[in-house]
Amino acid sequence: MTAAKSTERKEIGDVAMGLGADAGSAGIVRTKKVTFDQPGQELALEGGGTLAPFTIAYETYGKLSERKDNAILVTHALSGDAHVAGLHGARDKRPGWWDMMIGPGKGLDTDKYFVISSNVIGGCGGSTGPASENPASGRPYGTDFPIITIPDMVNAQVMLVDHLGIDKLLAAVGGSMGGMQVLEWAVAHPHRVHLCVPLATAARQPTQAIAFNEVGRQAIMADPDWRGGHYYGGKSPAKGLGVARMIGHITYLSDAAMQEKFGRRLRDVHDYSFTFSADFEVETYLRHQGLSFTNRFDANTYLYITRAIDYFDLTRRRGTLVQVFRDVTARFLVLGFSSDWLHPPYQLKEIVSALRATHKHVSYYEVESHYGHDAFLLEREKMEGIIAAFLASGARTFVRQAG
Amino acid sequence: MRRIDYKLIEDLVPQGATVLDLACGDGELLSQLIRDKDVRGSGVELSKEAVEACVGRGLSVFHGDLDAGLRDFEDGSHDVVILSLSLQQLRRPRMIVREMVRVGDTAIVSFPNFAHWTARAQLFFRGHMPVSRELPYKWWDTPNIHLCTISDFRTLCREEGLSILQEQYLRSVNKPAPPRVVAPNLMARIAIFAVTRS
Repeated sequence: MTAAKSTERKEIGDVAMGLGADAGSAGIVRTKKVTFDQPGQELALEGGGTLAPFTIAYETYGKLSERKDNAILVTHALSGDAHVAGLHGARDKRPGWWDMMIGPGKGLDTDKYFVISSNVIGGCGGSTGPASENPASGRPYGTDFPIITIPDMVNAQVMLVDHLGIDKLLAAVGGSMGGMQVLEWAVAHPHRVHLCVPLATAARQPTQAIAFNEVGRQAIMADPDWRGGHYYGGKSPAKGLGVARMIGHITYLSDAAMQEKFGRRLRDVHDYSFTFSADFEVETYLRHQGLSFTNRFDANTYLYITRAIDYFDLTRRRGTLVQVFRDVTARFLVLGFSSDWLHPPYQLKEIVSALRATHKHVSYYEVESHYGHDAFLLEREKMEGIIAAFLASGARTFVRQAG
Repeated sequence: MRRIDYKLIEDLVPQGATVLDLACGDGELLSQLIRDKDVRGSGVELSKEAVEACVGRGLSVFHGDLDAGLRDFEDGSHDVVILSLSLQQLRRPRMIVREMVRVGDTAIVSFPNFAHWTARAQLFFRGHMPVSRELPYKWWDTPNIHLCTISDFRTLCREEGLSILQEQYLRSVNKPAPPRVVAPNLMARIAIFAVTRS
């Protein structure tokens, strides 16, 4: 266990159960932080240089078993954070981003498993990112923050897992960018994770997805309030970030989902206004999504994280995908979603085929859904059983072999 | 109760082989093969409940529709590909047999023999579609859309240029195989073929 200081007081038990929360809820949770600031705790970055000191915000749910063989790391997507389940207070109305899957009796059953979720480095949910103070200048990093990659995020998570005293995760589970982290765990740290559940993701960021991310970044950087990334203390580039989020949001839905949800319905008007105001419901919705996102998300983080996603390529400097998976020991359950056009099922099947080619233990399931990419955040009933079955059968084959 | 057809299939599978079981259901046959023959096995299944059952047993299973072929599987990637009592439910049985010998060195196919004398008798004497233990459905709700006979299957093998390595016959999935079946196309309820590309 590495010597790191917890910046917050540790409570008795990590989760206070049932305080004002619904049955099946992970209960009231608190985001904790750990700062790695000791010699030897610098995070060496793939792009060169180091990040030090750095802080990781994380939450945990359930109890770590005596044998420390029930820890599941849940990794988040582009706009996620450490708050994956439960509520932050009795009056909190917004549960964590995957609350439907995590809690007592749910797919990731917190009566059985110790679930860990952390905010990625570069994030804006409490972990060190571009809005954090640059020790060199005493001011926020802004674009002086180093470029980080998915492997860097995972290396930071490894340090968190070390800090929690866990040699080997029972499982790593995550969708979209979270799925990329899961794959990186399996490949770069093959002896530290037993089960992998990547959802709605790819072994390398596909071209079309890079293209959408680039448009989002351009929208942010074209906002005069962005000011080269050094906008902290002043007005933030909310317009640009809002547009980036609107574009992103479109890619998370699907033709059918949009048709069903909005059709061509007009909002608050009986006829066209013959102006550029938001006549259509879909316009109002996107504007609202864009605006509310700017209240909780940092524009520079959007740049850094989309960059990390675009750079993600498991095969980079590692050979073919089949070669990449050669030393993998983890068992896989790969989930694709039928109407996901950001990461269509073929991208998940590519992972499955490469794993199968080296005789790895891998199962694939395609969730039938018209919700598009977002389906992995919505289709609880269609995937909860299979994930629960995979974790339960996998837990029986867990062997500790930290290496 | 141990299924005799599974036992016969098991006998056709070499120790330690790489096996793909198509329409593997809840994974019973695969589990047996892994336990008894130490095979490296995985399955293909369409039903969500069956996939979940397989995953729950710790099996590797691929969720897919056999009517779309085996496009996610490489040529010659398996020693044995099995299709147990499901051929008659597929839309394109000829295509799947072709796919089986593409993906595997050996294909093992079992199917209910529609020319069994009881089926013939029902058609001949009573003039209605045969209903039996193996084919328990009424014609209007049967999933069995491509029934064939032992003789028909041999014809398919000939047309596809496949060599028949073995033929096994059963009177029931629960009763031991008779040592010798005379006139199998008349007397066998179930046939198990092992075939390979010539």
